[in-house]
Amino acid sequence: MAILVIAEHDNENLKDATHKTVTAALALAKDKGCDVDILVAGKGVKDVSAAAAKISGVRKVLACDHISLKRQLAEAMQEVVVPLMDGYDAVLAPDTTTGKNFMPRIAAMLDVMQISSISGVESADTFVRPIYAGNALATVKSSDTKKVITVRPTAFAPAAEGGSAPVETIADPASPSTSEFISEELSKSDRPELTAAKIVISGGRGMGSGENFAIIEKVADQLGAAVGASRAAVDAGYVPNDSQVGQTGKVVAPELYIAVGISGAIQHLAGMKDSKVIVAINKDEDAPIFQIADYGWVADLFNAVPELEAELTKAGY
Amino acid sequence: MKVLVPVKRVLDFNVKVRVKSDESGVDLANVKMSMNPFDEISVEQAVRMRESGTATETIAVSIGPDKAAETIRTSLAMGIDRGIHVKTDAEVEPLAVAKILKAIVEEEKPDLVILGKQAIDDDSNQTGQMLAALMGWPQATFANSIEKDGDSLTVGREVDGGIQTIKVTLPAVVTVDLRLNEPRYASLPNIMKAKRKPIDAKTPDDYGVDLTPRLTTVKVAEPAGRTAGVKVADAAELVAKLKEEGVI
Ligand SMILES: Cc1cc2nc3c(=O)[nH]c(=O)nc-3n(C[C@H](O)[C@H](O)[C@H](O)COP(=O)(O)OP(=O)(O)OC[C@H]3O[C@@H](n4cnc5c(N)ncnc54)[C@H](O)[C@@H]3O)c2cc1C
Ligand SMILES: Cc1cc2nc3c(=O)[nH]c(=O)nc-3n(C[C@H](O)[C@H](O)[C@H](O)COP(=O)(O)OP(=O)(O)OC[C@H]3O[C@@H](n4cnc5c(N)ncnc54)[C@H](O)[C@@H]3O)c2cc1C
Repeated sequence: MAILVIAEHDNENLKDATHKTVTAALALAKDKGCDVDILVAGKGVKDVSAAAAKISGVRKVLACDHISLKRQLAEAMQEVVVPLMDGYDAVLAPDTTTGKNFMPRIAAMLDVMQISSISGVESADTFVRPIYAGNALATVKSSDTKKVITVRPTAFAPAAEGGSAPVETIADPASPSTSEFISEELSKSDRPELTAAKIVISGGRGMGSGENFAIIEKVADQLGAAVGASRAAVDAGYVPNDSQVGQTGKVVAPELYIAVGISGAIQHLAGMKDSKVIVAINKDEDAPIFQIADYGWVADLFNAVPELEAELTKAGY
Repeated sequence: MKVLVPVKRVLDFNVKVRVKSDESGVDLANVKMSMNPFDEISVEQAVRMRESGTATETIAVSIGPDKAAETIRTSLAMGIDRGIHVKTDAEVEPLAVAKILKAIVEEEKPDLVILGKQAIDDDSNQTGQMLAALMGWPQATFANSIEKDGDSLTVGREVDGGIQTIKVTLPAVVTVDLRLNEPRYASLPNIMKAKRKPIDAKTPDDYGVDLTPRLTTVKVAEPAGRTAGVKVADAAELVAKLKEEGVI
């Protein structure tokens, strides 16, 4: 049969998490010797479908364009995906808040045990996934005939573009109408998205206030970086909830992660320790963050961060 | 309104996790176990609904070994009315947990089931959504605000881009995120009172649920460690290093 990847998008743009999920799907498909299709479910998804069709290695794109899918709420997604699964051996979606929301519903309807947040594909039925905040890596083998899998995008390289798969429109889903969208308050920022950024600079409780984040933001803008935070900084109301990096927030793996005034609790490390280079700025030389940082700078952040900004300015950033 | 709150006993979030040397799993012998932190938040939510009169009865359920009764007791001490303990020493995957919860929901007929968004041990983030699907109920996951109006709930959800607000008609499943509330500590008198609150002892067989795991653990390994690097003295040195690394 074949493998289905559910595209991550906002009805306008296809998200990079899709490309990474396709890479995981292609690894599975290679072991099984089968094809990979992409499902784009949403409202007004012509452009998104066209973008998905360009991903290399994809057989075809299924487009489902319906008002009930505009927000990809879980009940509506279930109505589209479950009937399609007669023709697929496996379904994969990125473990974004959208995927995490709808995938277990699909698994339950198929009577399948979902494999959450995989970071590796060993074979068509065996996968690696982090557990206990990434302090252990479990290799699990699924005995279910169909596989329902969420993929940790940071663990896979994006699939290349250059393909030209056909786009096929599929029938409208049955209307679930059990949950209703009311509103959305999206954090507005001109900076790159946390999970897609090449550089992330995060602040913790040590920042002391929301206003103080301005010193981090200046450096972020010099470097084209995204701004993240520890749970403590979010709980204190310094920055919006969606900035939280960690076990129960976002998982990031940028080229460079700069942790400022963050102690390095395991729950925080779970979200950033796969970054290529880690820098920590903390005034406490015993802070656990220094145990995993490639470059540690023991200093008061209120001196260090402005110094860093000045140095970057000098270097032409 | 009747509210059901599933609570799970997990390794305490402060405990350093050790992978067993034979790679068969994580060492859980003689380590501190606690209620899943997200479940403390859902218990708090249910108790507040009870205190404000929105909820008329609150029930905590735990599926697990004998010791899971302690977790139920903790919830009773926080203010939950009674408990159901489904005793098993087996590994129970989220799908099986959801099936047992479905059977309990059919028996108890709650209007609302509030779960944690994820358990911090297995980090699956599935159980609530699976239960909602099996019941054919709407779901509101990752809640950071819950408002009841009439026969529906308005729920603010923590999503990747910010906050999304949705409305679900009861009966429904809600899973809670970190910032919904700050759970209370049980007071000594309430801990004493909780000892007299009833906990029904059940087994998975009572609900006719097959617990056979669908996943087998091939091995559990230690992730590649990171080691401490070098200290830098000032911004100039740091910028030079980062340039050398080619990351800026
Ligand atoms: C269920 C659960 C889930 C969690 N999930 C997450 C998660 O996803 N992400 C997350 O981050 N946390 C999470 N946590 C919280 C985590 O355990 C820590 O409490 C949190 O990460 C601490 O944040 P922090 O490092 O900013 O604060 P602290 O631990 O208070 O550290 C502040 C640091 O700032 C330094 N500092 C203070 N002032 C200065 C200064 N002027 N100059 C330089 N340094 C300074 C201090 O030396 C200290 O090291 C979770 C906890 C639980 C129980
Ligand atoms: C491959 C594999 C290996 C395992 N190995 C072990 C093992 O060695 N030892 C072991 O003890 N377990 C083991 N388990 C079981 C596992 O730890 C979890 O109990 C189970 O997978 C549920 O996942 P979760 O708690 O992460 O679900 P999540 O979906 O993350 O949990 C969300 C919420 O569901 C509710 N919930 C979940 N479980 C329960 C419960 N039991 N009772 C009441 N409410 C609950 C809580 O409200 C919780 O906040 C294993 C599971 C798998 C898949």
